[in-house]
Amino acid sequence: MVKEITVISGKGGTGKTSLAASLVSLAENTAVADCDVDAADLHLVLNPRVEQVNDFSGGKSSAIIPDKCTGCGKCHELCRFGAVVKNTDQKTVFTIDPIACEGCGVCSYFCPEKAIEFKQAVNGQWFISSTRYGPMVHAKLGIAQENSGKLVSLVRSQVKIIAEEKGLPYIIVDGPPGIGCPVIASVTGTDCVLIVTEPTLSGQHDLERVVELINFFKIPAYLCINKFDINPEMSDIIEKKAMAAGVKVVGRVHYDRNVTGAQVKKLPVVEMPNTPAAADVRTMWSNLLQEITAATKVS
Amino acid sequence: MSPKLTIAVASGKGGTGKTTVSASLSCAAADAGYKVAYLDCDVEEPNGHLFLKPEIDCRHLVGIPVPVVDQKKCVACGACGQICQYSAIVCINKNILTFDKMCHGCGGCALVCPAGAITEKSRSIGSIEGGSAGRISFYHGNLFVGEAFSPPLIRAVRSTGCNGLNIVDAPPGTSCPVISAIKGADYVLLVTEPTPFGINDLDIAAGMVKELGIPHAVVVNRHDPDNTLARDFCRDRGIKILAEIPDDRRIAEAYSRGALPYSAVPGYRELFKELLISAVKEAKW
Repeated sequence: MVKEITVISGKGGTGKTSLAASLVSLAENTAVADCDVDAADLHLVLNPRVEQVNDFSGGKSSAIIPDKCTGCGKCHELCRFGAVVKNTDQKTVFTIDPIACEGCGVCSYFCPEKAIEFKQAVNGQWFISSTRYGPMVHAKLGIAQENSGKLVSLVRSQVKIIAEEKGLPYIIVDGPPGIGCPVIASVTGTDCVLIVTEPTLSGQHDLERVVELINFFKIPAYLCINKFDINPEMSDIIEKKAMAAGVKVVGRVHYDRNVTGAQVKKLPVVEMPNTPAAADVRTMWSNLLQEITAATKVS
Repeated sequence: MSPKLTIAVASGKGGTGKTTVSASLSCAAADAGYKVAYLDCDVEEPNGHLFLKPEIDCRHLVGIPVPVVDQKKCVACGACGQICQYSAIVCINKNILTFDKMCHGCGGCALVCPAGAITEKSRSIGSIEGGSAGRISFYHGNLFVGEAFSPPLIRAVRSTGCNGLNIVDAPPGTSCPVISAIKGADYVLLVTEPTPFGINDLDIAAGMVKELGIPHAVVVNRHDPDNTLARDFCRDRGIKILAEIPDDRRIAEAYSRGALPYSAVPGYRELFKELLISAVKEAKW
């Protein structure tokens, strides 16, 4: 059975993508998914060759047909998202702001003139690609588009199909920051999450919220403290708090400028020989595998 | 001159320094004598309070309207399930089931019900707290853990603020939460770091603010004089850089314990004071 490992963080910029790229390299034969669909970066390191491009539709959106609109204002009255804009200087009295539109369809349904189209929208694209490590599924949400959660679910379901077809042991998922819609879509039903944090007051605060989320969904979670030596006392506090919440620390990674150096060279940091971060990430990976194997045996 | 100006601080990539910049700007504005409010719209992971340490004096819940079905009045026609685009209300075997967490609060089901069987109640998704940090008015939103849709809460935070300078700390990314945070702002500062990930995400974020038609500029954080990635990108795109914050370990250490470079690291007060002056000038206030 393929094991899905999802990397998340709560706080942004703690090193999710750098770490995920290294896990992909260490796992050797693995499928990979980038679920940070509104600011995807993993492709910058893994350099995927895109083999299939697909449109993504997250839902429908409304548009007023100017010739049919009588300007009665029913749509303006009913829309709760402020998406029906009253114009002062155009021929059409009302237009729909596609950015504000949530695609509920109320305006179209209740328009007495049937003057509002309600059609499938294209909100982005998703890709099946190949990398030197294995297959990759990733996506690009259109600018100012919604429904990133749906796109995340789609990316995950596709990568799972591919991993199962090819009999791959792991799926590494690079998740988004935060605790909202795309994060929930990234973690529901995954086998385990690897939380990446940093020893700062913000990192600690955000970690508490993300751990609460993970416990809410009852997902096995492990913790990696990145740049732990920036504030070793804070790292110890974080480790204690995590343990108390049932999250085991599987690794501590030194602050190492080679991490940025690797990014510039488009390499996972574990492929930078003789660097402290590479050694730390290797140790973390072997700890994580041991934990996952032990957990599988128990269940 | 309008009495009100809203400057939003955003970035595609997380962890580039939005909170550092927005909280420092708020301090600089208060010290310069402006009437200023700091609005933390990163409701999934609000952090501004860790740095500004406000005294909170009010709190209220923010909710969205969700349907309540009176099964006695329901005629099981299924119209509610048909209009709902979010699978938040479905009719199965003449029974109506509602899934409140899926509901966007559009009100379509209540409007379409021919039997008047659907009313609405408010379901809380988070809270807003307000208070003051010295002379800064402070507001932040806190999304309840397990809630997926933050935009209604973000819009509620945006509706607070003061009749002066409002500094908005936006969430990372480029999708609906960020748009809810920066929509209607007079000016956007995009914070980036000069790394390949930073520039890639700046590119997406710049596309987003351009699409929204909001004037904007860049603040480069962790700037290193030998690294021209951010300068090259901004020159090619014709985007102004209003400040470059050096890659200084003292800033990272201050940040780790919840202190701002503005007040905790010598020499940075001037940098943020100048950034405030140029942002206000660029925003034509």
